[in-house]
Amino acid sequence: MARKVLVLGEVRDGSLRNVSFEAIGAANLAADGGEVVGVLVGENIQTLGNEFIQYGADRVITVEDEKLAQYTSDGYAQAVLAVIAAENPEGIIFGHTALGKDLAPRIAGKLNSGLISDVTSIEEAGGNLVFTRPIYSGKAFEKKIVTDGVIFATIRPNNIEPLAKDESRTGDVSSLRVEIKDLRAIIKDVVRKATEGVDLSEAKVVIAGGRGVKSEEGFKPLKELAQVLGGAVGASRGACDADYCDYSLQIGQTGKVVTPDLYIACGISGAIQHLAGMSNSKVIVAINKDPEANIFKIADYGIVGDLFEVVPLLIEECKKLKLNV
Amino acid sequence: MNIYVLLKRTFDTEEKITLANGKINEDGAEFIINPYDEYAVEEAIQVRDAQGGEVTVVTVGNEFAEKQLRTALAMGADKAVLINIEEDVAYGDQFTTAKIISKYLKDKDPDLIIAGNVAIDGGSGQVGPRVAELLGIPYITTITQLKIAGTNVSVTRDVEGDAEIIETSLPLLVTAQQGLNEPRYPSLPGIMKARKKPFEELELDDLELEEDDVAAKTKTIEIYLPPKKEAGKVLSGDMSEQVKELVQLLRSEAKVI
Ligand SMILES: Cc1cc2nc3c(=O)[nH]c(=O)nc-3n(C[C@H](O)[C@H](O)[C@H](O)COP(=O)(O)OP(=O)(O)OC[C@H]3O[C@@H](n4cnc5c(N)ncnc54)[C@H](O)[C@@H]3O)c2cc1C
Ligand SMILES: Cc1cc2nc3c(=O)[nH]c(=O)nc-3n(C[C@H](O)[C@H](O)[C@H](O)COP(=O)(O)OP(=O)(O)OC[C@H]3O[C@@H](n4cnc5c(N)ncnc54)[C@H](O)[C@@H]3O)c2cc1C
Repeated sequence: MARKVLVLGEVRDGSLRNVSFEAIGAANLAADGGEVVGVLVGENIQTLGNEFIQYGADRVITVEDEKLAQYTSDGYAQAVLAVIAAENPEGIIFGHTALGKDLAPRIAGKLNSGLISDVTSIEEAGGNLVFTRPIYSGKAFEKKIVTDGVIFATIRPNNIEPLAKDESRTGDVSSLRVEIKDLRAIIKDVVRKATEGVDLSEAKVVIAGGRGVKSEEGFKPLKELAQVLGGAVGASRGACDADYCDYSLQIGQTGKVVTPDLYIACGISGAIQHLAGMSNSKVIVAINKDPEANIFKIADYGIVGDLFEVVPLLIEECKKLKLNV
Repeated sequence: MNIYVLLKRTFDTEEKITLANGKINEDGAEFIINPYDEYAVEEAIQVRDAQGGEVTVVTVGNEFAEKQLRTALAMGADKAVLINIEEDVAYGDQFTTAKIISKYLKDKDPDLIIAGNVAIDGGSGQVGPRVAELLGIPYITTITQLKIAGTNVSVTRDVEGDAEIIETSLPLLVTAQQGLNEPRYPSLPGIMKARKKPFEELELDDLELEEDDVAAKTKTIEIYLPPKKEAGKVLSGDMSEQVKELVQLLRSEAKVI
């Protein structure tokens, strides 16, 4: 059944996040031949409209206002609800990111609609659009359908394929004027933590360190390995609590949820709260000196040993590999 | 100050999970206060102790949730409310839960509502923001610090590891992130006192809601466990040989590097 589907794009540091392209991919599945309409909210974002179209949106609507320069749920809700009122879509897709998690339930509350959060796959089955999502901290999965009202979902980054970029695609980029009324919560300051390099939640390779890394210094070889493999460094709560690294690296229930192609856990025991953030990774490697560590239960490959011996050897081998291709 | 905590009784996901008749098997399972709601209870108690007022813990669920509510009372909350919908609602979703909670809170004039940022079983993180929207009050999710002076509030919010410092005002709903505080354990005298604290039980009727008003918008059609992973390959031999083998496997078998 052809549906009109809205996709909220998310802009970070002036560019669209990868999850927004995946959201277009998801919307394309949900639209089933219908129209995919990209929505961009912010300030000075007009130029991003074309890129959104090249990734598969049929057209793009922008809402710009200086009050939208930074995300606030009040500002964005007004903007997105105005677009929804104007377009009357049958489907809505957001990324399951900090922004999507904060905003989507509010919009669903306003629309009196359902919302299927943290979706990892979408398929059409038996005349229904079926959404799969992890539950019970990733230990089980459920398939859900919408039984009443607009189909609304947030998608977990790195799980749904984006469409290939097509630079020849064109489409209409129009702007909608929305008068943004007073914001009830004002952001006074943002303390940016170490987020240099590859975005952790979108990285294809993640090298994660736990308490076994033992110090801030101990993260150095992990960083080097990440660099060699073009990946990002992550951490367990144990490592963050011990001050070996910043909380912005934390992976798990409380931190980021990652689904890279390759996850290398170094000195991480594998607590359920950590697994909740990474167990969906395609290939998991565990390096731990304790052969009984829980992490080995979910690892595809394991090395029992001292990470300070193993990781430098890995760096060597991976470097050789790069030279040979 | 009139403080409400939204508390969910959850399956302890550290336990083994099995299915029975296509559902999560709850027989003999361990149930706990959702861990993020423990932070919410603790924060509420601290705010009350500093500002005066009363903490009411609210759960939508069934009779079994009394245990978790009593634990919150033993920690120091003043009152508990169980909205028991066992008899009235066969199937609910986040719309259902939020609608019921907001209907209950509508005429209570809450100054501050604290929820958890996510339930470890259902995992949607929807209920807090939905309730705020239905009540027409602002909300801030995943907070790690809360400071209140009069009706002015300063909040630190965790945004994928970055920290936002936000200024807003009461009435307000916030959702608790790990790092907000260290929840206390109920003390023995606390447990004794909890037995005598006000415990109210309500049904949909008492909230002037019909089953149709709260009918779910979504439906679960299947629950399954991920295919059991075959035991991974734990390598052996000389360490440099193991690493060579690993890189080969990642390259030719797994094809990820
Ligand atoms: C509500 C709640 C939310 C939580 N959220 C999260 C979350 O989001 N993310 C998270 O990660 N945790 C979370 N936790 C914490 C979680 O329960 C664990 O405490 C934490 O993941 C442990 O971190 P760790 O594996 O680094 O440390 P440990 O459990 O101490 O494990 C360290 C491991 O390193 C190994 N090791 C030591 N030295 C070496 C060496 N030289 N070489 C190789 N291996 C070595 C040891 O054998 C051990 O297995 C949460 C807890 C709660 C209660
Ligand atoms: C009668 C009935 C039948 C149900 N049947 C099913 C079913 O078959 N399948 C299914 O998946 N779910 C079912 N549910 C549960 C329901 O869909 C959700 O679990 C619930 O709405 C909360 O969603 P969540 O777990 O995603 O919580 P989240 O939105 O992640 O919770 C965030 C926070 O909201 C608050 N909160 C959440 N739930 C409650 C609550 N119940 N009471 C008080 N505060 C709360 C807590 O502070 C929590 O930390 C049923 C619920 C009811 C009432």
